[in-house]
Amino acid sequence: MRIVAEHLFYTYNPKSPFETAALRDVSLTIEEGEFFGIIGHTGSGKSTFVQHLNGLIRLPSSLKRSRPNRKKDSSVKTVLKVGDFDLADKKTDFRALRKSVGMVFQYPEYQLFAETVREDVAFGLKNFSSEKLSEEQIDAAVRAAVEVVGLDYDEMKDKSPFELSGGQKRRVAIAGVIVTRPEVLVLDEPAAGLDPLGKQEIMQLLHKLHREWCRTVIIVSHDMDEISENCTRAAVFSEGTVRYVLPPRELFCHAQELTAMGLDVPLTAKLVSLLHERGIDIECDFTAADFCEKVLAYAAAHPKKERDEGGEA
Amino acid sequence: MKDVSFGQFYPVNSFVHRLDPRLKIVFLIAYIVAIFLATNFYELAACALVLLLIVFFARIPIGKVLRAVRGVTFLVLFTTALNLLFYKGDTVYWEWGIFCVSFEGIIFSVFLALRLVLLVVCSSMLTYTTTPVSLTDGVESLLTPLKWIRIPVHALALVMSIALRMIPVLMDETSRIKNAQMARGADFESGNIIKRVKATIPILVPLLLSALRRADELGDAMDARCYTGGDHRTKYKKLRFTWRDLVAFLLGAALIAGVVLMRIYLPASY
Repeated sequence: MRIVAEHLFYTYNPKSPFETAALRDVSLTIEEGEFFGIIGHTGSGKSTFVQHLNGLIRLPSSLKRSRPNRKKDSSVKTVLKVGDFDLADKKTDFRALRKSVGMVFQYPEYQLFAETVREDVAFGLKNFSSEKLSEEQIDAAVRAAVEVVGLDYDEMKDKSPFELSGGQKRRVAIAGVIVTRPEVLVLDEPAAGLDPLGKQEIMQLLHKLHREWCRTVIIVSHDMDEISENCTRAAVFSEGTVRYVLPPRELFCHAQELTAMGLDVPLTAKLVSLLHERGIDIECDFTAADFCEKVLAYAAAHPKKERDEGGEA
Repeated sequence: MKDVSFGQFYPVNSFVHRLDPRLKIVFLIAYIVAIFLATNFYELAACALVLLLIVFFARIPIGKVLRAVRGVTFLVLFTTALNLLFYKGDTVYWEWGIFCVSFEGIIFSVFLALRLVLLVVCSSMLTYTTTPVSLTDGVESLLTPLKWIRIPVHALALVMSIALRMIPVLMDETSRIKNAQMARGADFESGNIIKRVKATIPILVPLLLSALRRADELGDAMDARCYTGGDHRTKYKKLRFTWRDLVAFLLGAALIAGVVLMRIYLPASY
């Protein structure tokens, strides 16, 4: 499903002392099949944006309030389409939309509630199916979802979700979202609060899901390394607007602007610029593996300087 | 969920906001007593007028005040309906079994509804205009005499301030969990009452767990900073009675005295 957003505005608590503009004129297109990254500092509007995608935040019915200077740009029209769903249309079937756009919130393990893992994962499945599912159907769907996130279904199904480890809980929570086989999967800070190994495992899981399960994966993050390692394209949010939409390797040519926005550039980009200062130019796509390869290739080609680069890498 | 405003501090700088919290608490209690002393519409109108003045001086938008009332709409309607149907008056308009609607019943139920609304508005005015911290300081200071009979006033005040502090946090948490479950297709808006109550389980269980987790973490954090509470703590902001408080005190006392005097000297009639 292709996602098209044009001129999106959103304000929390309008007309009160707590008024904060979260989105100011956001336009963004995400193609089907992408592994898309949304990156931004706290309060940049990234979470607000993704909550629009499955209608948890609705477009305001009268667009006047959310658009401060509408007289100046009356030609500006807010558009938000997810596949065939037109979210500006009040009659849109939001249940069907939510079924096709899965949303994994930050710390999804805190939304677990049921007595057993099976029940919890089946929650979304039961909610979204129009007719009553048989126990076998539920079993089959839940088994598939639990196994794709890398857990043993037979071992897990009757356990309480609260007796699992942190990483397992998060996997169960993700299974609870993907069990309905959404076409688009949105994850808000999927690796938050995990140790480096756990982060890596979650990212591998997301790639697996992207290959086998959901056509489009969108991750929201503030960690540049995560984005640069994994995404096909990334959008940089800052103060409620989209600053750049670029593949990561081009994005990090704007290292200074990113730093000014309070974002970190990935470690590899920092190393490349350090090497550049020393007169060594390395072109790479900013993933750790590619960077190492290029540095080693450079070292092999310039044997005299070998020791220098060894230290840098 | 973001606009649940009952009991939340409303940050503007006004005469009422800057009053001593102790004065506001005492005034609130006196005001509630006055509302309950009022037995006819004149007295209630006088109370309402006082409250309107307070709202005006506190610079709280009327919409915000009404929103506080909206929270108890059901309660008000329920009590009104009960009184309307069961009050045994003399001028009966309609009767059926144990139900009866009379002139006195109508008057009485309207009166009670007004009283409830005033009650809610005046209490929310206290929390609108007073930060949780100064509210707690006020309560603690007012309850000081209880320390002499070995009641842990400081701990009680702390409990209260934590509870108040956690309201917005739990509200946020609720809306987050609600969103997460809605994304999984949960439906909180349709179905009969049993279905709706059952639909809240996926919110309540995680909410309760997170409240317990937060309590645990807060306890640890306080331990880690060697919090012991009690006698030897000094205050960053000391409460001080100023000319403003004196003016407010005199005005408040005069107004409440007025209501009481009306009660004594005006003929008791509607």
